[in-house]
Amino acid sequence: MKGIGLLEYLKKERSQEWRVELRSNFKTKERTQLERLDMPEREPDERNKNFTEVNLGLTEEQAIHEARRCIDCPNPTCITGCPVGINIPKFIKKIEAGEFLDAARVLKETNALPAVCGRVCPQEVQCEQVCYYPQKMKKPAVAIGNLERFAADYERDSGKISVPDITAYNGIKVASVGSGPAGLAFAGDMAKMGYDVTVYEALHEIGGVLKYGIPEFRLPNEIVDVEIDILKKMGVKFINNFIVGKTATIDDLTKEGFTAFMIGSGAGLPNFMNIPGENFIGIYSSNEYLTRINLMKAAYPDYDTPVISGNSVAVIGGGNTAMDSVRTAKRLGAERAMIIYRRSIEEMPARDEEIKHAMEEGIEFLNLNNPIEYYGDENGRVRQMKVQKMELGEPDNSGRRRPVPVEGSEYTIDVDTVVVSVGVSPNPLIPQSMSELEVSSWGTINVDKETMQSSIPDLFAGGDIVRGGATVILAMGDGRKAAASMDRHIKQKVRNVISLIKEFKTIGEILDFAQ
Amino acid sequence: MNKIVEKEYFSDQVVKLVIEAPYIAKSRKAGHFVIVRLSEKGERIPLTIAEADVERGTITIIVQKVGVSSIKLYNLEVNDSINDMVGPLGHHTHIEKVGTILASGGGVGVAPLLPIVEAMKNAGNKVISVLAARQKNLIILEEQIRQHSDEVVIMTDDGSYGKKGLITDGMEEVIKREKIDQVVTVGPAIMMKFVAILTKKYKIPTLASLNTIMVDGTGMCGACRVSVGGKTKFVCVDGPEFDAHEVDFDEMLLRLNSYRQVEVDAYERFLNKYRKV
Repeated sequence: MKGIGLLEYLKKERSQEWRVELRSNFKTKERTQLERLDMPEREPDERNKNFTEVNLGLTEEQAIHEARRCIDCPNPTCITGCPVGINIPKFIKKIEAGEFLDAARVLKETNALPAVCGRVCPQEVQCEQVCYYPQKMKKPAVAIGNLERFAADYERDSGKISVPDITAYNGIKVASVGSGPAGLAFAGDMAKMGYDVTVYEALHEIGGVLKYGIPEFRLPNEIVDVEIDILKKMGVKFINNFIVGKTATIDDLTKEGFTAFMIGSGAGLPNFMNIPGENFIGIYSSNEYLTRINLMKAAYPDYDTPVISGNSVAVIGGGNTAMDSVRTAKRLGAERAMIIYRRSIEEMPARDEEIKHAMEEGIEFLNLNNPIEYYGDENGRVRQMKVQKMELGEPDNSGRRRPVPVEGSEYTIDVDTVVVSVGVSPNPLIPQSMSELEVSSWGTINVDKETMQSSIPDLFAGGDIVRGGATVILAMGDGRKAAASMDRHIKQKVRNVISLIKEFKTIGEILDFAQ
Repeated sequence: MNKIVEKEYFSDQVVKLVIEAPYIAKSRKAGHFVIVRLSEKGERIPLTIAEADVERGTITIIVQKVGVSSIKLYNLEVNDSINDMVGPLGHHTHIEKVGTILASGGGVGVAPLLPIVEAMKNAGNKVISVLAARQKNLIILEEQIRQHSDEVVIMTDDGSYGKKGLITDGMEEVIKREKIDQVVTVGPAIMMKFVAILTKKYKIPTLASLNTIMVDGTGMCGACRVSVGGKTKFVCVDGPEFDAHEVDFDEMLLRLNSYRQVEVDAYERFLNKYRKV
């Protein structure tokens, strides 16, 4: 549904009897006078000692209260802010009506992972940013993200999880390379359209960054598994321990009958700063630190994977991954868990909620500081870091004020663990295995932004392998876009074959063609 | 799950395992490795592929007991399964005809050396192999190496087999005797460090196949990073083979000991548990 079609559809939905009736229950003014409810969360001093989820979720009463705030606008701008195009007012009104299971069903029409998105999406810069409340009334937005999480959790806890409807199975084999958010969103949509979908994953666990990257206290793995189970019930096949491009190439898989592919292999190459001493023991990339703890469960004594997480941990960077790392270090018992970031707190790319949670949990923020060298002991273990103070200069290309070193401001900090969280680069494995695939100088796969199609027509791509490092929800949006355009692409191919066959004069010619 | 179909003891320290992995058997080339995770709670460790049989759909790995994971691997029997195995990983060895190759393998390093020796020989090179170990029973795959080598020199620390001396002693004798166009070395990091020092003296291009600590093995974590020519490289996606003269082996040796104490403790716990059973 695009353009006019979508607007008309939304209008029709909005004029359904139950919605009209619900709207008439309260005056708009009564709705807008209600206060936005905060997400209930566990106490900082209790939660920073374990990996249990921080946010507790809304109660039924709270959810209905929050849903009532939504005035069900005739022109719901919130939807334009959602990369996967959730029918936001509809699911919220279902909550207001107390039809929580229906609300979850609405979410799943366009979103394969609502319980995940309700937890990790930056709603404040997406749907909630373009909500009527902040736009027209300078009031806090309807808590769309919290409501999404509520509906998804309610459905899961009810034991009555619905499996989305699937159109007639068409037997056409397609594959996703990678089982992260882009791959899962793609798989969900393709399965709904009747395709035979296989998702390949390099690691032993399905879920990509949702499993190895995002910590349990923000996104429990079991939540991800429940959503993956739904995809399995829809017929999606998952194959772990399989690296497309290495275990078998795209060509090999094409010979096995796959018609088209979606590459969602992620941005799996951590950046380092290339400063002296960065290879001392105890200095990790955030990918390694988080993988050891989230995926390999290094914090549990009965698991074999070790991790060095000391008393004085410095995390370099200001993004969500840096916040995840530093809050993890605190939970592993660090007395000092520090963020070291070269700009001020205003320029930090992390979500406000993550920064707030980190501060509450006793994380130190050393803003306008930048590491320039590490020092180790005779065993090669990091012991100290030299840090330089920074000040903000003129804005750079990103529009943020450029950090400038303050001469003579260097000082040292004692550290026994450092986590470098200064971004990632695209994983080179797929591009390396396909010389004809067009990539940018950064190593990202070049695609048509509308169709997500790469320079190889049967190959689509989305998520961080295209963007270079973005969010779960943008990857999911890409996966959905890729699914829609791959469907069009395959159907066009089918039409081409049919019209070709029509031109043949004898069965013999058709058989020759088939061979 | 990957089933073990054959097991052969090379010594009380070293075992050969033939494991079902049809895709990997088909795709692998000399120099490639796999990552295995033995069980649900196991760690991910890299192991180089020694041989593969496409018909049977199997690969062969050689394991030496060094820590908890390798002991658990060593103890697996035929029909047991490995929970997870992924590969082939890394760049395969660049094989071309260069003339005379001196291949040096220490301990279980001979296992990854075998496919390289075979491929180098098949490419038309003259191949001289030097194999070394502490003592006679730790020399492995000698017959297979002989099949693809023009000459094989055996060195043992205690002189219990072949000549007494270090691998570099055996190599230097060959280097002094005839012109060597390229050296390939696989073995413990400390051995490769001294091989690199030797061949640098004689200005012979030298490839070293590195085996570092890894987690994912696909470039994602950076645990395997080494300094090569002053630049940080990832062994898993940039290697595992590098110009030995450019590798900072001292840094690599330190990094290999990252979890030394943890490993010793884990080993103790493992033995205690074992004794109780």
